[in-house]
This record gives sequence, C-alpha cells and structure tokens, in this order.
Amino acid sequence: MRPSPTTITAAPPGHDVTDLLPDHDAIAEWRGLRERLARADRDAAAAALAALAGGIRRTVISTIAGAGLGHAGGDLSVTDILATLYGAVLRVDPADPGWPDRDRLVLSKGHCSVALYTTLSTCGFFPAERLSTFAAPMSPLNGHPSRRSVPGVETSTGPLGHGLPVGVGIAVGLRLRGSAARTVVVLGDGELQEGSNWEAAMTAGHRGLTSLTAVIDRNGLQQGARTSATNELEPLADKWRAFGWEAVEVDGHDHLALLDALTAPHDAGRPRCVIARTVKGRGVSFMEDRVEWHHKVPDAEQARSALEELR
Amino acid sequence: MILRQTREETHEETYDCRDAFADELVRLARADSRVVAVCNDSVGSSKLGAFAAEFPDRLVNVGIAEQDMVGIGAGLANAGLVPFVCGAATFLTARALEQIKADVAYSLANVKLCGMSPGLAYGALGPTHHSTEDLSWLRAIADLPVVVPADPAQTRAAIRWAAETEGPVFLRIGRFPVPDVSPPGVPAFTYGRAVRLREGVDATVVATGTMVSRAMRAAALLEERGVQARVVNVSTISPLDREEIVAAARQTGAVVTAEEAVPTGGLGAAVAEVVLETRPVPMRLLGTRAFAPTGEPGFLLEHFGLTADGIARAVLEVLGLDHV
Ligand SMILES: Cc1ncc(C[n+]2csc(CCOP(=O)(O)OP(=O)(O)O)c2C)c(N)n1
Repeated sequence: MRPSPTTITAAPPGHDVTDLLPDHDAIAEWRGLRERLARADRDAAAAALAALAGGIRRTVISTIAGAGLGHAGGDLSVTDILATLYGAVLRVDPADPGWPDRDRLVLSKGHCSVALYTTLSTCGFFPAERLSTFAAPMSPLNGHPSRRSVPGVETSTGPLGHGLPVGVGIAVGLRLRGSAARTVVVLGDGELQEGSNWEAAMTAGHRGLTSLTAVIDRNGLQQGARTSATNELEPLADKWRAFGWEAVEVDGHDHLALLDALTAPHDAGRPRCVIARTVKGRGVSFMEDRVEWHHKVPDAEQARSALEELR
Repeated sequence: MILRQTREETHEETYDCRDAFADELVRLARADSRVVAVCNDSVGSSKLGAFAAEFPDRLVNVGIAEQDMVGIGAGLANAGLVPFVCGAATFLTARALEQIKADVAYSLANVKLCGMSPGLAYGALGPTHHSTEDLSWLRAIADLPVVVPADPAQTRAAIRWAAETEGPVFLRIGRFPVPDVSPPGVPAFTYGRAVRLREGVDATVVATGTMVSRAMRAAALLEERGVQARVVNVSTISPLDREEIVAAARQTGAVVTAEEAVPTGGLGAAVAEVVLETRPVPMRLLGTRAFAPTGEPGFLLEHFGLTADGIARAVLEVLGLDHV
C-alpha cells in the first residue's frame, strides 16, 4: 500500500501497529497558543515559545531515557527551531495532516526523530502518551521518522542528505499546483557534507524557489567529532549565496530571531537559507557541546538531573 | 509445535565481529604500511579508534559523504595503497552503489569495502538503517567478491585474505552477537568455499553470517524429531561454492536458506539459481521479506522467523512434515 500524495496512511497490512490518531484536546490547546502568539507582543511571544520549547526538551529527555535509544544532543539543538516553526510559523492542520495546502516540514536530520515526534504530539497530531512507545516493539514511532506510520511526517528520513532534494521537489510541485504553501527543510550541519544537498541547492537556486527555506542546525558537531575537524564547511553562508540563495545567520536558540528569519518575505526568486547557530545538547550542562551526547542515552540519574536543569 | 529454543537457553559466549575486524586491521597496518582506512564520520561505529590512535595519518575520515568515500578509496588504491573503506553497510552500499560498480569493481581497484553492522543490527533505528538489500545489490555486480564471515575467526581470516589478495572485495562485518561456529582444525575462511558444519541426509540448511549458529541449533532441534539436517556455512556469497550447493541438493533432496537480508537476489536467490540449473529440489528461502517493524535486532529476527525454531519449521515444511 503506497501513501497517496495527500493522505497519510497507517502501516501496510501485516504490521500490527495501532494508528496514531489526532488528539483533539491537544489540537485545541495548540490552536489557542497560535492565536495568542498572533496577538502577542514580542516579549510575550518569546516567553510563550520558550515555554513550548522547554516542555519539548523535557519530554525529549524522558522519552530517550525511557526507550534507551535516541540522539539527545541533536534533539536539544534543533528544539527551538522546531518549536518556533510549529508554534508560530507553519500552517498545518493536525486534525487533517494530509491537507493539500499545508506547509511542509521535512526533518532531514531524521535521527532527531524524538524532537519531531514530541513537537508533533504537542500540536495534537497524535496523543503525547504514545511517545512512551518510542522504539518499542511494533511501535509506530521508529528510531527514524516514517511517513508510513506517523501523521505529520512528510517523508521518511534517516539516511542523511535526502531532505533537501525532497523539499525541492515539494516546492516545485506546490508551485506547479498553484499552492501558496511553504516548504521548510531542517538539516544538520554535518549532513551538508553529503553532495546531494548541493545538487538540490543548485536546482533550487536555478528554479528560484521563493517558497523554500532551508534551516541549518549549525551546532558544529557531528557524530564523531567537530564538523570543522572532519570537513570544514565555512564560509557556509557564502556557499549558499553562490548557489543563488539568500542566506541569513541567526542565534538558533533565540525564538524571536528565528521567527523573523522564518517569516520575513524572501527576496524575489530566491530560496532562503537560515543558518541557525546552536549548541548540541542545549539546556543540559553536561551535554552541551559534548560530542559523545550525539547518541549517548542518559541513565536514570543523568535523566533526573537533566530534567532538573530544564525545569 | 514443540520446537522452541531461545537464545537465552543456549548459554553460548557471543562476539561482535567488529572487534575481531578492528583488531586484525591494526595488525595488518603494522605489518604493511600500504594499509589505510577510509570512513564516513564512523570512527566509533566502524571501531577504528585504535587504528586512528596508532596511525592517525593513515585514516581518511571524509565526513558524511559515502560517494566521496568510495571514490577516494578507489583513488587511494590507484596510488598504490590498500584502502579498507568502512561505513554502515546500508549507507556504504546503497549510497555509493555506482561508485562501487564503476570505480571499484569495473576498474578492478584494490579496494576492501567493509560494510559494518549489516542486516537488522540497527534494530529500532529502523528500516532506513537496516542493510537488508546489500547482498542482492552487490551480488549483481561482476568481479566483486561478497564475503560474509559468520564468527570472529572467519572475520580475521577473511580480512587477512582480503589484504593479501589484489582486487576489489566486499566484507560484511556483523555487529549482532554471534558464537564461534568455525570448527577447529580447518582453515576458518577459504575464499569461494562453503564449509559443511554438520552432516545430514534429509535436508540442508544453507546459512550465512548471523544465521549460521541458528542453523546449527535448528539442526539439533530437528534431530530430536528424527530429521537429519546438513548445515552449510556460506561465507563467500559471490562467487558461490556451486559444488557444495549441488551436493546438498543431490544428496539431501531439500534445501532451506537463511540470511539476515532479503532473499530476493541474496543468498537465497543465489542458491536457488544453482539448484534450479542443476538439480531442482524443494526449497524455502528465509530472510527479511518486508520493511521491518519497530524493535530491537533480536525481536526483529524473531519477527521474520530467523531463529533456530523458524529454520527448523521451514525444514519440516519443505519436507512436508509440518503437520506431523
Ligand atoms: C548517509 C548517512 N551516513 C551516515 C549516517 C550516520 N549518522 C547519523 S547522525 C550522523 C551525524 C549527523 O551530524 P549532523 O548532521 O551535524 O547532525 P546533528 O549534529 O545536528 O545531530 C551520522 C554520521 C546516516 N544517518 N546517514
């Protein structure tokens, strides 16, 4: 069974997964937040987004510790980006995840599924209680996001360097269909070492995909080392500009800076790259900027002290 | 069905073959300055830490760039080095398949491709990380030996053979814990030769990698049912030991294959091709026939029936004894 272009299907027959259905209470709460944010002044908006992100961070830690699996470092660096996108930017409908004119979010750094799952459940795409099944036998919440089983996941990711080409295709397709919906692709910085990104960047620049935004989670670390020690990326903004994009650099933990970068109108005919400077493991002192927390799992004591710090 | 034996009941010592790989690679590098390693941000998962500490200049970590990694490997070989190109089997093979075909196999480059943590080893990281198609893809490429060691002794011997032998080779280095299966007194690995681990007259189980020890346990379970199953360990999938397969079909009259991969194009298909061309007999091909659900490696092997019990059932089925 193949997912049709606009509906998210459950897993194919033979897979004993229970469907993830919308959580209408959570949706109502999320809609309330969106309305408040639309009317809020900047201080109030910053406070609301910080609260949203804080809740996601805590759930990320408890989910990973409970499952014994996950990528805490990258989850915590990307959290403010996802919270800002889902809290204030993306036009999606958690009650109708296949709505044709929805904005699309592709999480190219698919190993950070827990941050995405938590954000999606916070918006009501599925009940938050289901997060506790993450990585458990037959759970729809696999270690990497699957389009087959998780509503709100636009494409299955995990192998790095896939998100941007898919995002370019979505943006071209939406434009052909006359839809005004936007496409946002969130990438890791280490991931940019995959050449497929630059092939896609060239196509996007050439085609003037104004509705496409790439957000780079620029935490400076990859799996085994610093990105600068592995394969230097700088001058990163210049690289995107050379491919026909506009590029802005922001503090990736500053919700208002992110909000501005993600909502300002694009230069005509240019996709935008937002280079969000982040800290891997952000918010938990013993994880911050430490390469081993790429995929180390906190033990009970570490989880407890992490949750304490995130309170 | 009374056939039932879990891994916990066997009390065998088990090993992660990556450790034997890492250790042997360092020994080779000490003996031969041409030995270099290439990896994709996988120093830890390819177990190259000790290599990197001792030979920092001889490790090329290209970052997350598998096509680059394999192309660079071919270039290093051209320059007279012996590169071991290491990465998670799924990304190494899927991502760089054309580089493997053109730059390595067709160019006869002296590159040793090392696919780490294959099959379902990544468990709940999900199907994107399961290397279950690698055997099918690589077996289709000419002049590319595909080697799947079943235990640490085979792993060491296969790596030594690869280093000593000029030309391309793919080594599938397992992470899932396996016990020793190599019988003492015979060479642990002979290129192109399958090893008969157990005699039997009623059926043959042809297994590779992680499935070999399970096939041995299946044979023990079958013996309790009065069925004598032969067990053959195929550690060179390509080129396949045709003689051993033909002998199995002719002498035992039924064949079951088991692999931690899709049988379509993999070991199962390879064996079936030989059986069909020479001595058609009833067969069952065990493997992963769908994208896996969520779960740990052991759970997923159970899910796909890739257990001693599952293999034994398949043998009874192929013999028409499943309802007895
Ligand atoms: C094609 C591919 N090669 C290798 C990997 C293994 N891997 C998973 S995460 C990771 C590091 C990612 O680094 P980065 O993009 O910077 O992500 P972040 O630091 O934000 O977690 C690697 C190498 C993979 N998932 N896909």
